[in-house]
Amino acid sequence: MEYLDFELPIKELEEQLSKCRVIGEESDVDVTETCKQIDKKLTQTKKDIYKNLTAWQRVQLSRHPSRPYTLDYVRAICGDTFLELHGDRTVKDDKAMIGGLGKIDGQSFMIIGQQKGYNTKTRQYRNFGMANPEGYRKALRLMKMAEKFGLPVVCLIDTPGAYPGIEAEERGQGEAIARNILEMTRLKVPIIVVIIGEGASGGALGIGVGDRVLMLENTWYSVISPESCSSILWRSWEYKEQAAEALKLTAKDMKKLHLVDDIVKEPLGGAHSDRETTFKTVAQVIVENYDDLKKLSPEELVEERMEKYAGMGVYKD
Amino acid sequence: MAWFKRKEKGIQTSTEEKKDTPKGLWYKSPTGKIVGAEELEKNFYVSPEDDYHVRIGSKEYFSILFDDNHYEELNPGLTSKDPLKFVDTKKYTDRLKEAREKTNLKDAVRTAVGKSMGEDLVIACMDFAFIGGSMGSVVGEKIARAIDHSIKNNIPFLMISKSGGARMMEAALSLMQLAKTSAKLAQLAEARIPYISLCTDPTTGGTTASYAMLGDINIAEPGALIGFAGPRVVKEATGQDLPEGFQTSEFLQEHGFLDFISHRRDLKKKVNLYLDLILNRELRS
Repeated sequence: MEYLDFELPIKELEEQLSKCRVIGEESDVDVTETCKQIDKKLTQTKKDIYKNLTAWQRVQLSRHPSRPYTLDYVRAICGDTFLELHGDRTVKDDKAMIGGLGKIDGQSFMIIGQQKGYNTKTRQYRNFGMANPEGYRKALRLMKMAEKFGLPVVCLIDTPGAYPGIEAEERGQGEAIARNILEMTRLKVPIIVVIIGEGASGGALGIGVGDRVLMLENTWYSVISPESCSSILWRSWEYKEQAAEALKLTAKDMKKLHLVDDIVKEPLGGAHSDRETTFKTVAQVIVENYDDLKKLSPEELVEERMEKYAGMGVYKD
Repeated sequence: MAWFKRKEKGIQTSTEEKKDTPKGLWYKSPTGKIVGAEELEKNFYVSPEDDYHVRIGSKEYFSILFDDNHYEELNPGLTSKDPLKFVDTKKYTDRLKEAREKTNLKDAVRTAVGKSMGEDLVIACMDFAFIGGSMGSVVGEKIARAIDHSIKNNIPFLMISKSGGARMMEAALSLMQLAKTSAKLAQLAEARIPYISLCTDPTTGGTTASYAMLGDINIAEPGALIGFAGPRVVKEATGQDLPEGFQTSEFLQEHGFLDFISHRRDLKKKVNLYLDLILNRELRS
């Protein structure tokens, strides 16, 4: 288990607790009461810390090394029914963007999402969850397949951004994202989007237009990462915490701005502290939202989606 | 010290009395692994030691994919004409006759409908043994009619490609089979009926420039050669050494053209899993 800087008091208490238990097992001293007290203190400390997270702390949690990634969700939710499909039919199979068909509660879904790695080797293999144009084009191909056969689409977003590379530009990173956004606004099947980690800018929105856009409690979604924002506007990386506050990038802020539809609760301590509960919750919100959306005709679905996006923006007339 | 000593020089047995192993009893894979014919068949015609997928024809694919090898062949009687009176080192008519006699097939594709894991499936499967699995008028027409059968009866379509390309002896008539089959596939897509393209060793030339690359999903067997221009042609034209694994299934998947690669043993299960998922049916197992 890895701990973030603001989680250190928890780490200390958890260490005390395990030491206390070891003493109890190895000697005749009765430690039940002591352990109980430490445990109580631990629960209280956790509550205090996680109920009052700053924007920057949530950004840190969204990038927690133990946080579940797209394929973790897919494997937990769909199990053996998941069939991964590869390739953009043009240049490459992008490992930073995965997709395929799977069953949730008996219904087939096309599931698409950015994929990060869990160690140095797989992080490189997955390009740190930063997709190239071919990733967005693969995603679009799969969405079109889902549309052809009337299947709903689920997008799981977790990316520090679309890959800023030379070849990505040569192959039209901007065009690929733009095309996806346009096609997603008029796709004739339900689209449910869940931000499960980082939602960085166009790289996220490239698979992020939907009838329902949901954010897990400890994720962020904005036009730029707080670090990059700090370095551009403050001309130094030192102001990332201020930038995180200023950008209003948390789930709560995004909901208040009507840019996402709902917030999905995470277990105390974040999604990684109790993965099974997280997976169950996400599966449940997908099914619930799909049950609502399937009542709409394709025309109604697209019209409502168009209206929702037309209503975004704040201005004086 | 030898155990036996040859008393008379040379081999004395007369040719008539020589005992040869019957042909086809053993199979030797390209890496040199040897496997008995019966064992090979039981193992889906895959060499068990090195997983080499032996080239097989429609008869074997039908037996692998259709339940209990039950199927109804569609348009089995179609045969080629020789409209161009084509002659190369042989007359086209003679070549056809020889191919028919040698393979016991009418042309390079057979099409059939039957049940796979209990659900209807139309399969068109090419036979490489018939003039290199080349695509001429008969291949085009049989595929077109198989797709018609799919559309009329709302049955998913599986195309198994194994071809050297278009049939030169039918010149532009064979070229236009690319357009004819692609047009039919457009109608199939309009009808929203799933189309799976399976590329097997080899899938080259005109087939890749038409039906082999047009599936809702394109899949392949491991290690198959798949490409438009053959490796020798590419090498000659460019004067460059080809990258390792060039034009293999794995190379194609890496470059975005295949949805997945399936071992022949898992083929039936995976094809039907895709169909259940895309048609939102209950999964069969």
